[in-house]
Amino acid sequence: MRRGLYAIGAWFEARLCLCESLWPMLTHPIPKTVAGPMGWWYIFGSASLTLFMIQIVTGIGLALVYVPSADRAYDSLLFLNYEQPLGWFLRALHFYAGSGMVVLLIVHMSQVFLHGAYKYPRELTWVVGVVLFLLTLGMFFSGQILRWDPDAYWGLAVSGSMAGRVPVLGPWIVELVLGGDVIGGNSLSRFFTLHVFVIPALLLIFLAIHLWLVIKKGISSPPVPGQTVNPKTYDAEYEQELKTGVPFLGEAMLKDLFFSAFAVIVVVSLAAIIGPKGPHAPPNPTLGGANPRPEWPFLWLFGLLSLSPPEAETFIILIFPVILIIALFLVPFVSNRGERAPSRRPVAVLSVVLILTVLGTLTYQGATAPWSPQMSAWCGEPIPEDIVRRSTPRQLQGALVFQNKNCRNCHALQGSGGQRGPDLTWVGVRLTSDQLIDQVSNGTPGGGNMPAYGKQIGPDEMTALADFLVSLQPPNQTLVRETAAVPTKRKEP
Amino acid sequence: MSIEATCTQSPNSLGRRTFFQWLTYGLSAVASVVLGGPLFGYFLGARPRAVHWVPLDDVDKFPLNETRLKSFDNPLRQPWDGITALTGVYVRNLGVDEQGIVQFLVLAVNCAHLGCPVSWFPQSGLFMCPCHGGVYHVNGDRASGPPPRGLFHCVWRVRQGRLEVQAPHYPTLQDTLVSGEV
Repeated sequence: MRRGLYAIGAWFEARLCLCESLWPMLTHPIPKTVAGPMGWWYIFGSASLTLFMIQIVTGIGLALVYVPSADRAYDSLLFLNYEQPLGWFLRALHFYAGSGMVVLLIVHMSQVFLHGAYKYPRELTWVVGVVLFLLTLGMFFSGQILRWDPDAYWGLAVSGSMAGRVPVLGPWIVELVLGGDVIGGNSLSRFFTLHVFVIPALLLIFLAIHLWLVIKKGISSPPVPGQTVNPKTYDAEYEQELKTGVPFLGEAMLKDLFFSAFAVIVVVSLAAIIGPKGPHAPPNPTLGGANPRPEWPFLWLFGLLSLSPPEAETFIILIFPVILIIALFLVPFVSNRGERAPSRRPVAVLSVVLILTVLGTLTYQGATAPWSPQMSAWCGEPIPEDIVRRSTPRQLQGALVFQNKNCRNCHALQGSGGQRGPDLTWVGVRLTSDQLIDQVSNGTPGGGNMPAYGKQIGPDEMTALADFLVSLQPPNQTLVRETAAVPTKRKEP
Repeated sequence: MSIEATCTQSPNSLGRRTFFQWLTYGLSAVASVVLGGPLFGYFLGARPRAVHWVPLDDVDKFPLNETRLKSFDNPLRQPWDGITALTGVYVRNLGVDEQGIVQFLVLAVNCAHLGCPVSWFPQSGLFMCPCHGGVYHVNGDRASGPPPRGLFHCVWRVRQGRLEVQAPHYPTLQDTLVSGEV
């Protein structure tokens, strides 16, 4: 029996010649220190690869049921969620493993950057890694479209409008993105093709190059302060180091295996506990209450865009991402030599801290989106009772005007309502009746965020509204009307 | 002397080799063009935009000076678009002008900022966008917020007492619904 198996193995080996090609590659020596405790820094790349394998398997599974057609996609997703055995789990796992992949890639890139592992001779490994990261983000975006619900529809609309800002070529690019004159089946097929054929093929190709480079150029040893990279002497030094090295496929990989298993358990648990994401509602663009949000890896851009002045918008949409991508590509060419240890590279450490903090803050802002009006606040959020408990009839009338004219969509009272404009709970402390009427009638000067209500609110309503707003003051506080009125008087000729 | 050396030295077969070499290049070039041309055309080409008129409703179904959301099945759809092909427009009957012709205001729902659907608030006479808080006046002009222009106007006409609208494509800043308007 054993002899027979050996003979079969030998027959294949005689033709594949793996013993002389693949085997030495897999067992090539890597620095000994990687197998030590420092090896825990090297586990993130392999774990994202593991999650990518999950994505392939779950993706194939989902494609067995999913119908990439505008009139059937939503139904097929519901079928996956509720009818197909474990369909809900596969959808959930596909989402959380994909999310985990993005998280791990960010951690992996941060680690490589902090340890200076991108320096000579691994510049190309970094560049290919950046391509892999961008392709993964492309998978995330195209995947969101396949969840053919209002978020997907309006996500396409926003992408179309962004593309439409490209000078001259705009309309042509819009048509290329949407696949036609309107958002519909053509757009879905397009993103299905990208998500299932084009981007995965590119991912696999660049992954092969990335791994080839990892094997050919070797794994960088953990950085030691004072041990600098000099392209002229590095190769010889590295070769020297490898003389005491350990095999790539061996004990050092045990940590990778450990962490990959941990990552798998985490994403499987998340999928099982939280369940699949959406679809939220049928893809009917005439449904009211649409409130599109991008997927979480893009929330920071949504936040940045929303918090920037309108003049900077086209720059942020079209040029800023290109600058960021170029900057990522250029990292190893700005410095491919010198110190690698984070303790000797304060600027690198601060950059990572700063970038991650900014991304985190903008993501939080994007998730809460305080700049988006609450479209139903005017009818869904009553005025807090204690505000109007001692109001005069006219103030009560003003409160009614405040609700009916949809002011609450942008202005909160005691925290409830839109956050786009200032919270008006105590506006009576800040503005006088005249100032309020001026602000409401004319809006923000220069076409800012508040529209002019002059034509929409009659004189009686306006007086009542101003009366109500002025009454919004903290209890037991003396009026500041007199002092606030002084600057207004001074302006008068 | 090897066979190969003999061959390359023969002037007769040198000519034949060169000919075959160039023939191969030429054939490859022709293959690239006949393959690449149609592929290029397929991937980057666009269908010419068709003009379709969609009847919305009888003119007298639109009350004077009131804005109504009217949805219809956009004929620019693919047969398999399903409910995604539903398109909404805001219609306002502006009454008759000096010549006694009834005038309408037909606006696309898409915010001029980034295309999100605006909602109409008759109480305050404003359109508001849920994404970044763009606000428009009743006539579609920009009131406040980030939009760089007013709402997109649709092309409309009245035929046999019915209001018709030209099927709108997805409007963007450089490709509005009114030809010649930017």
